Amino acid sequence: MGYTDKLGNVRDTLRKPAVQSGLTFAVALIVVALVRNPYYVGILVFLGINVIITIGLSLLMGYAGQISLGQAAFYGIGAYTTGILTTRFGFPIYLSLPLAILFTVTIAFLVGVPTLRLKGHYLAMATLGLGEIVHIVFNELSSLTGGPSGFGSIPLIRIFSVKLDNDTRYYIFVWAIVALVLFIALNIVHSRIGRALKAIHKEERTAATLGVHTARLKQMIFAISAGFAGLAGFLYAHYVTFLSPGTFSLHFSILLVTMVAVGGIEHIWGAVIGTVVLTILPEYLRFFKDFDILIYGIILMAIMLLRPEGLYGIKIPIRRKGVHG
Amino acid sequence: MNLGVQLLQYTLSGITIGSIYAMVAIGFNIIYNATGIINLAQGDFVMLGGMLAVYLHNTLGLPLVLAGPAAALITAIIGLLFERFAFHPLKNPSVITLIIITIAASILFKGGAMFIWGKDAYILPSFSGDKPIQFFGATILPQTLWILGTLIFVFAALMVFFRFTIVGKAMKACAYNRQAARIVGINVNRMVLFSFGLSAFIGGIAGVVVTPIALVSYDRGALLGLKGFGTAIFGGLGNMGGAVVAGLIIGLLEAYAAGLISSGYKDAVALIILLIVLFFKPGGIFGRKEEQLLKAF
Repeated sequence: MGYTDKLGNVRDTLRKPAVQSGLTFAVALIVVALVRNPYYVGILVFLGINVIITIGLSLLMGYAGQISLGQAAFYGIGAYTTGILTTRFGFPIYLSLPLAILFTVTIAFLVGVPTLRLKGHYLAMATLGLGEIVHIVFNELSSLTGGPSGFGSIPLIRIFSVKLDNDTRYYIFVWAIVALVLFIALNIVHSRIGRALKAIHKEERTAATLGVHTARLKQMIFAISAGFAGLAGFLYAHYVTFLSPGTFSLHFSILLVTMVAVGGIEHIWGAVIGTVVLTILPEYLRFFKDFDILIYGIILMAIMLLRPEGLYGIKIPIRRKGVHG
Repeated sequence: MNLGVQLLQYTLSGITIGSIYAMVAIGFNIIYNATGIINLAQGDFVMLGGMLAVYLHNTLGLPLVLAGPAAALITAIIGLLFERFAFHPLKNPSVITLIIITIAASILFKGGAMFIWGKDAYILPSFSGDKPIQFFGATILPQTLWILGTLIFVFAALMVFFRFTIVGKAMKACAYNRQAARIVGINVNRMVLFSFGLSAFIGGIAGVVVTPIALVSYDRGALLGLKGFGTAIFGGLGNMGGAVVAGLIIGLLEAYAAGLISSGYKDAVALIILLIVLFFKPGGIFGRKEEQLLKAF
């Protein structure tokens, strides 16, 4: 076997979803072994939670060509559902998890089915409206949600006899789920559905002519992306153990879209890159205090104008020099 | 106060806020007609109009008669610059890219306003005093009449502009069919530029007239924009008259909901209407179904 053949084999292996998500989990384990400071481990837990949401959003934006401006609402619905079920109604966590995801997906279907039948980007507006409505309900339905000040004492997750009560254990749990979500998403992308989705995105009319049921595929992907956000909400609720409406605002929905767009909407890994950059970056922007929003705006605008395909796949000049020299 | 007077009071405040929604919706429609996209920074034009008027009047001490129009004009210039620097340079952008750019602009306007003016809420003095006018037992603030008058004036001026001026007619032609407009020699790029300026101008005017009765702060744009979009959809995307009627209906429903049901949920009214309209009658109250199929963005 020649050198290039071997290289080709390695590349093929690396392309497999199972390998990619396995490697992601391995890297995550190495990272946590290096990072000892619990504060930073905490940030990396949130990074994992954000990555779960943006992977879903990336499927929606890059592969279904639709945009959701209410992803924080699905995140919030997942979090509040499990929070309310476990604290107010004494549900065990293994029941509240599927119910939280199910409820999130149901809401997504209710919004997505009628809107995605329409041509164009009405979903953006419908989800924007849904996001505000959900935010208002979190604030006003005080008997269940505790109103603007929120509610706490959400139980910790226990897996068999291991209680996920420190940052490192929760980190491993979250990143195992990130690997699982990545595996599902990459499989969707590489499947027949994924190719059909790419076709929708590129040329919807042609795809429809070729027998792709465009509306139904878009609805399905939207429901999956909402399900991921609901799952992330579940992870958030049982990590922070306290919920208030502020976390699930329009601001966060827009930040999520920014992460995906900055990383690159054409590829799942773009979403991961964008999320890493925009979750870690604020730690270095502390001295800007509240003006981080202005920085996000500048970054997003600059990327859209200069490199609308995002950071993913950007060529680093050093490497190119190496090839030639 | 008996129920009749109370209802009258709600009606008056509904018309006031509805006029503002109508103006935001008209702003959406102008850009939509010229470009086929929804400008998610539309609400921020309203915020900028209000903020600039406050700055010119309260800080620089300009009389209100000058500060108001100047604020609307500066907002219009910001709209023109936005088009020149963020839209014009793009070659064959996808709709998703365009939507994200308007989001980025919205974040920039909001962040910029916070950077310059901080997080405080500001107010302008009323244009002609605060002495309430009695009206069948209900009270009207003089500013209410200014707001309603402004809506009527803006709407009438637009009708004249689109019907009798060459630029207005050209913009209307772009709204019907951009390709065909280009073929008959209309400079579509320039019309797109104008539409951003005009839309920002109207947003700015709305911001100036509403600030005396509703505080303005850097983050007011998002919700106003969203409700304005609900109004635009309700009235039929691109339909100016529809926007006015829909604005008044949504304003009234919101005022009744706030007064009779619960003020906490009042902001949800316009959004629930938005969802219901999207689900059942996406062409809006005046739209036909066939027409809707052509109106994608």
